[in-house]
Amino acid sequence: MPISHEFDYKKVVTVSEAVDLKAKYGSNAKILAGGTDLIVLIKEDVLKPEFLIDIKGINELKQITFTENKLKIGANVTFSEIHESSQIKEKAYILWEAAGTVASVGVRNSATLVGNICTAVPSLDSAPALLVHDTIVHLKSNKGERTIPIEQWFTGSKKTAINPDEMVVAVTLNLPEKKSASCYKKLGRYKGEDLAQAGVGVLITENKQYRVAFCAVGPIPTRAYKIENILNGNQLSDELISKAQNLVEQEISPITDIRSSKEYRTEMVKVMLERALKDANSILSGKNVSLNPIL
Amino acid sequence: MQKISIKLNGEVRYVYVEPNEVLLDVLRDKLGAKSPKSGCERGDCGACAVLLNGKSVRSCLILAIEVDGQEIDTLEGLSQGGLTPLQESFIRHNSFQCGFCAPGMTISATELLKNNPHPTRDEIKEAIAGNLCRCTGYESIIEAIEEISKK
Repeated sequence: MPISHEFDYKKVVTVSEAVDLKAKYGSNAKILAGGTDLIVLIKEDVLKPEFLIDIKGINELKQITFTENKLKIGANVTFSEIHESSQIKEKAYILWEAAGTVASVGVRNSATLVGNICTAVPSLDSAPALLVHDTIVHLKSNKGERTIPIEQWFTGSKKTAINPDEMVVAVTLNLPEKKSASCYKKLGRYKGEDLAQAGVGVLITENKQYRVAFCAVGPIPTRAYKIENILNGNQLSDELISKAQNLVEQEISPITDIRSSKEYRTEMVKVMLERALKDANSILSGKNVSLNPIL
Repeated sequence: MQKISIKLNGEVRYVYVEPNEVLLDVLRDKLGAKSPKSGCERGDCGACAVLLNGKSVRSCLILAIEVDGQEIDTLEGLSQGGLTPLQESFIRHNSFQCGFCAPGMTISATELLKNNPHPTRDEIKEAIAGNLCRCTGYESIIEAIEEISKK
């Protein structure tokens, strides 16, 4: 299918080249990494950029780096690369697990984590993982750089806090200092390639601090602080889980759409929360559980 | 127009493209590689799958200009020396009827078997989850890949 409008294209090799073009063209220039969202939007005439800045030639953005309690992932890192990293599996299990549920292998081989948060559809699988890890988004423009906490990044469905002259260069996940365990649960209509109808992420530390995040059940993915407050400091029990489940309706604002109804999403989030809490708790206590992120 | 080079199925090819030309269209219409098919045109169906530097990608979601200087393999390249054991297994199992999904399915299964020569049934299903088949219902495709994986 041909693309109906013309644009200029440049493959840049440095971030400064990219941000100079962004300064010149603003929102008329789009950053192209994996392209699995961007090219669809261009083909369908949703976006008509004048200029595409291909950043795949910027080698420094291909890095996955671990430093003390931090995991930095560059803008060119694909979901396949995340899912193939044994270090990410060990240190940020939920991100590893979520990466494996995105679309299909052939899309994951191109699609990037940073691109996923820039498109910012409500169902983005990476969001619960980034939220429970208190992730920082790194932006650059030709005026300098700034960071935004992931919780302030999403401002609406498909909307983010990025400025027209900026690009995201990386995200940094904060890894808990205490021993911890995490997992992701995704509700799909079938196993294999599908968008999430609901997504639940949980992280538990050994000193009984809980982090819970949801995607696809509101315009933006969110942390569930009311649920976290009731869980924090307590040993997981059926009673505690049911208290947490009772708060689900206060934490989410799902809609009815082509993939499922508001009511179904709400009920399933309760089930997914229970499974995610139990699974993360089992991993934390060293039990060998067979996990399947997709319900 | 910009001149780009693609190492297509082992042979360096030069072609003039506009920035807005999609790789799938350039492969089919300018370079004569007809095995990648135009299906959904949005990355969901897998009919356009090709290998880019050895990894399966959706050629409908990549601009031709992006792959300047890189390696693309299509089904034509995989079977240059005759049918591969995987293709023969597909034939034995009557895996395909209309054949529209076959090139993409073969690309995905080839990538899987290269990275993981003895996949489980679940791993096979996951590998071809992004390749839609509307004829044979997947069972015979999975069985054909399974047969190769047991060798």
